[in-house]
Amino acid sequence: MAGARTRHRLGMAAIAFALAAPLPAAAGPISFDRDIRPILAEHCFACHGPDAAARQADLRLDTAAGATAARDGHRAIVPGDQAASALVARIGSTDPDLVMPPPETNKPLSAAHRDLLVQWIASGAAYEEHWAWRPLGRPAVPAAGHPVDAFIDAELARAGVEGLPEADRATLIRRLSFDLTGLPPEPEEVDAFVADTAPAAWERLVDRLLASPHHAERLAVWWLDLVRYADSVGYHGDQPITMWPYRDWVILAFRDNMPFDRFTREQLAGDLLPGATRAQTIAAAYNRLNMMSAEGGGQDKEYHAKYAADRVRATAGAWLGATLGCAECHDHKFDPFTTRDFYSFAAFFADVAERGIYHGANADGSWGEMIRLPTPAQAARQRELEALVARARERLAVDTPALEAERAAWIAAETARLAAPPDPAAKAAKLPDGVEQALRTAAGERSAEQAKLLADHHRTIAAATAPLRAELSRLEEDLKAIVAAQPRMPVTVAVAPRTVRVLPRGNWMDDSGPEVVPATPAFLSARGGDPARRLSRADLADWLTGRDNPVVPRVLANRLWAIGFGQGLSRRLDDHGAQGEAPSHPELLDWLACELRDGGAGAGAWDIRHLLRLLVTSRAYRRQAAAGEGRDPDNRLLARQSRYRIDAEMVRDTALAAAGLLVRDVGGPSVKPYQPEGYWDYLNFPRRTWQADSGEPAWRRGMYVHWQRQYLHPALQVFDAPSREECTARRPRTSTPLQALVLLNDPALVEVARALAARALAAADAPADRAAFILRRALGRRPEAAEVAVLVGLAERHRAALETDPEAAARLLGVGTLPAPAGTDPVALAAWTSCARAALNLHETYTRP
Amino acid sequence: MTMPHPVVLAPALARRGFLSHASGLGGIALASLLGRAAAAAPLAGTWPGIVRPLHLPARAKRVIWLYMAGGMTHLDTFDHKPKLAAMDGQPMPESFTKGQQIAQLQGQALRCLAPQHPFARAGASGQEIATIFPEIAARIADRIAIVRSLHTEAINHDPAHTFMNTGSMISGRPSAGSWLWYGLGSDAADLPGFVVMVSTGRFGQSQPIASRQWHSGLLPSRFQGVEFRSKGDPVLYVGRPAGVTPDRQRDVVDAVARLDRLRGDVVDDPEIAARLAQYELAFRMQASVPELVDLADEPASTFELYGTKGGDGSFAANCLLARRLAERGVRFIQLYHRDWDHHGSVRDHVKGTAAEVDRGAAALVEDLARRGMLDETLVVFGTEFGRTPMAQGNGRDHHMKAFSIWLAGGGIKGGITHGATDDLGYGVVENPVTVHDLHATLLHLLGIDHTRLTIPAQGRDFRLTDVHGRVVHELVA
Repeated sequence: MAGARTRHRLGMAAIAFALAAPLPAAAGPISFDRDIRPILAEHCFACHGPDAAARQADLRLDTAAGATAARDGHRAIVPGDQAASALVARIGSTDPDLVMPPPETNKPLSAAHRDLLVQWIASGAAYEEHWAWRPLGRPAVPAAGHPVDAFIDAELARAGVEGLPEADRATLIRRLSFDLTGLPPEPEEVDAFVADTAPAAWERLVDRLLASPHHAERLAVWWLDLVRYADSVGYHGDQPITMWPYRDWVILAFRDNMPFDRFTREQLAGDLLPGATRAQTIAAAYNRLNMMSAEGGGQDKEYHAKYAADRVRATAGAWLGATLGCAECHDHKFDPFTTRDFYSFAAFFADVAERGIYHGANADGSWGEMIRLPTPAQAARQRELEALVARARERLAVDTPALEAERAAWIAAETARLAAPPDPAAKAAKLPDGVEQALRTAAGERSAEQAKLLADHHRTIAAATAPLRAELSRLEEDLKAIVAAQPRMPVTVAVAPRTVRVLPRGNWMDDSGPEVVPATPAFLSARGGDPARRLSRADLADWLTGRDNPVVPRVLANRLWAIGFGQGLSRRLDDHGAQGEAPSHPELLDWLACELRDGGAGAGAWDIRHLLRLLVTSRAYRRQAAAGEGRDPDNRLLARQSRYRIDAEMVRDTALAAAGLLVRDVGGPSVKPYQPEGYWDYLNFPRRTWQADSGEPAWRRGMYVHWQRQYLHPALQVFDAPSREECTARRPRTSTPLQALVLLNDPALVEVARALAARALAAADAPADRAAFILRRALGRRPEAAEVAVLVGLAERHRAALETDPEAAARLLGVGTLPAPAGTDPVALAAWTSCARAALNLHETYTRP
Repeated sequence: MTMPHPVVLAPALARRGFLSHASGLGGIALASLLGRAAAAAPLAGTWPGIVRPLHLPARAKRVIWLYMAGGMTHLDTFDHKPKLAAMDGQPMPESFTKGQQIAQLQGQALRCLAPQHPFARAGASGQEIATIFPEIAARIADRIAIVRSLHTEAINHDPAHTFMNTGSMISGRPSAGSWLWYGLGSDAADLPGFVVMVSTGRFGQSQPIASRQWHSGLLPSRFQGVEFRSKGDPVLYVGRPAGVTPDRQRDVVDAVARLDRLRGDVVDDPEIAARLAQYELAFRMQASVPELVDLADEPASTFELYGTKGGDGSFAANCLLARRLAERGVRFIQLYHRDWDHHGSVRDHVKGTAAEVDRGAAALVEDLARRGMLDETLVVFGTEFGRTPMAQGNGRDHHMKAFSIWLAGGGIKGGITHGATDDLGYGVVENPVTVHDLHATLLHLLGIDHTRLTIPAQGRDFRLTDVHGRVVHELVA
């Protein structure tokens, strides 16, 4: 690995390697979790780990028993005796045939890691059960005061590092608003908080934001990434589906602070709950969030296997932070998940009614089991129309004297016509089966049935019924239309479970593997229960949030931590297994996990809001942010806060909010703001064009933008929003030139800038005041004089230039659909639009401070 | 110790020093716009590549991948099967198909369909090529290595594309172009290192092509392929807003830089420098991209060679742009032609689609050779799978057991045919080549040991070739 010497020359690559160094040279005893397992996992487990099929020399180093077992008179590890430990000799060997790891694995041990292993063996080679999987008990809080700070301050004190002071109040409210609501604070909110020096002002702010519906939206974005919510099916033609009611259910669940165990149960098994409500049915659509295909030529069996694996990856990723998907073809290389665990986990979902290939769905939108979800107005209208149709049918069935007379005449005429020789010139309507027969029967000999047949048929052609028939037909059309307009959403319906087998090497065509029934991963599960009872998705939910499951509360606590601090206590949010990262503060993580699982301080079990409140009311949360320098470049000690670019949706929301355009409605069908023409050209089956919404729908929050898995809106995609084809536990935060192009040139952003400029013009006359207004709206804080001067200069130059080029001003003002306010000087508006564009391109505008 | 995911890292840049010492961003941008400083300024935003030094001597510097999307039939193009002609209309022997995966022909009687076009020997090497590729046969037969023994693991388009591009059918793995950009960086200072273009034909069902095919997956998204479009802005949002002149755009960007720097004086945030660099690159792209697609500097002979004046979104026009991108140092250029799905009328439609790509592909190879660039450019002419020897009406179904591609240029032995299928072109019988092998060979030719270019994620090291892949040395000159 590269050393410090090459760090500057290689830039990012070198930084990547530098970060690989262990935690701030953790003084004190060696920790197996933190120091040793990562080395063994990286360099040894692939051949000497849990995967029995790949195991070499019958040696496993992932368990103490395996590592210390006698093999041909040697032991790999003899605790406390490095000289007797074969492992020490092999990792230190200079013989390429003997040295471990073997050179061809390209995983040589560094000298530092070799030393660490030797020290660990010399000091007794204590194994620890993996930090994420061992039983969860509540550690004692090391000091009085805020428990989060107690744990963090204890580590800071041990390391001799002092935490940074509290950030200024304008920064604090902006940080908290982004973290809890995904929105920037309005300048008035900033002023109010800065001025509120009363005790507990912070706690009041926290409570206000936690109670906001926008807090629920913000958490929903986090959860929707994990469960891979989208508005299209993902495979091949990537056709649209109606899934937004599930998204809205998630928002409502967070708004109501639904306990996480119930949240889990309703998603995995809402359909199985006795008397399942409409909301629980929608929640259980979780099981239908997998990608689906309507591609011709697909085999059902293959796609059943794909969907099953998809669900295992997503569910294990979202709840367990586990890479169980790795065990599809072989036992997991690093974690004790077996292939049987993988397929047994998949079997939980074998009762979900589904097809492999949804033939024809590209044309008719039928993705298996679906329900219609009328709005209350639609439902009322449907009931009304159904009643009207029924009444019209009743009225049609009544014989009036006029109808009876017309019928008698018709029967007479038809009878005569049938009796006469056929007239080739006459165009007689073809009579339905039986009617002609009845007419040919003498009047006196017709059965009652035949008489009714004649009457019924005549009713459909009679002049006397024509107005009523027309009315009925109109009503029926209306009813059809109101039903068709109701969203149809895929839902989970339980059917007789499909047979699930272990697929050898993951090959779906190979039926030779053993059949499995639903079961949770063996090494995490207590034995017992009734082996004859087939477990259900509800049992899976119970196991995930049961008292004996130590994984889920740790994973959840760690991910909630990342919402407040930018990274987890264990930074590998997608993998809490052996290849993950030991937490920087294991006791704190366990304490928080217990607080979640068991409740505490007035909160019930699985109270997400309570946990977030704990995090953001800590002093650690409120510290100043600073860059990583010195001996703790990655801020593992949490002596400071972190700055980072906000998520894709927040970028959009922040710009819209700055201009006062943001529409803060919650929920509803997804929306389609402008998108470059032709962006969907390579979709097919069917071909589609993006029909952009204008006006208010175009200014909804980013989370409501139509989520097309294959072609996500480019303004979201460039800011690292995931396609949601797979579970995403952590979004990357990159900085690319394409992001700059979006912020500079996207017509949507230009329109937003113009709206902001128009507000500035309306708010103030003096250039400095206008510039300050724009910066204030973009940044939340009061700008410095030097900053104001930059924008004033820009406005002046552009005003001068545009006065000689009014056509350019008009063209700039013509971008988008938002009308310019009446009576505005177009040159001034265009010049100040330049200033607003600058403000909406600043690093700080999109930085969570 | 495992390595953190690189996406958690700041982009490549010196830290605070940049802010105080760099000349103003506006200065750099303006100079670039005027064409003076592209080579002069240290390009703070460019990525040098993580494989330094190279694992192996490089035989090629870049890749141009001509991707025949939809499943190009091997039986009517590059894999001559006279015995299949003799069996035309007869039942496909069950010995071939029993227990095998079948796509749209599931449950149907399987009958042989003869090759629909004659083959002829071409070049001094006597390569066998169907006559529907007259330009490839006449101009470059001796430069290409035909591989008749590719096979894949996916029988449907969507997963087969994903497998061909990323080495996995599961979404979320980096595509080959992203791997190469990440591994080697790019010599293109003002352009992305991985560019994708897509053309549509008139003879097949237009293949849906997901942006997943050029996604960076587990790698940082800066390594994602950038699509160059034939209508609208060539690169999304590269065009300035209406009514904004280059001068005024520069003025806005300068104001942004000044304000960012003022903030940088107050807060300790190295990301500000990274962002300034990205704005600088974005600004340069606003000049370099239009310059790239403006063909005014090309002589008439170029248009004659490619058979297009450009600007029409055709495959040939994209081939010409590919050469221009290659000249500017872009690492990986991928051209999709999404017209190869021929479930019916394979005779006429394959001929039509072949005519859409024949001249452009041949012209590109010849043009690169004339300019002395072919030796350092690996050209791949490939597809996601082949088509069945069995008839589907008068067309052919998807087939994953065997298909053909060709390679040319950097490090490739021209004028050879590698691997063979059985008499009916159903399965590979000689020198099978997997998609992982193709990827391993591609990386090898660019100086990378495919087992050593990895990214840790989701608990393990991922690589383009997963845990497979063998370099096909027989193809290497």
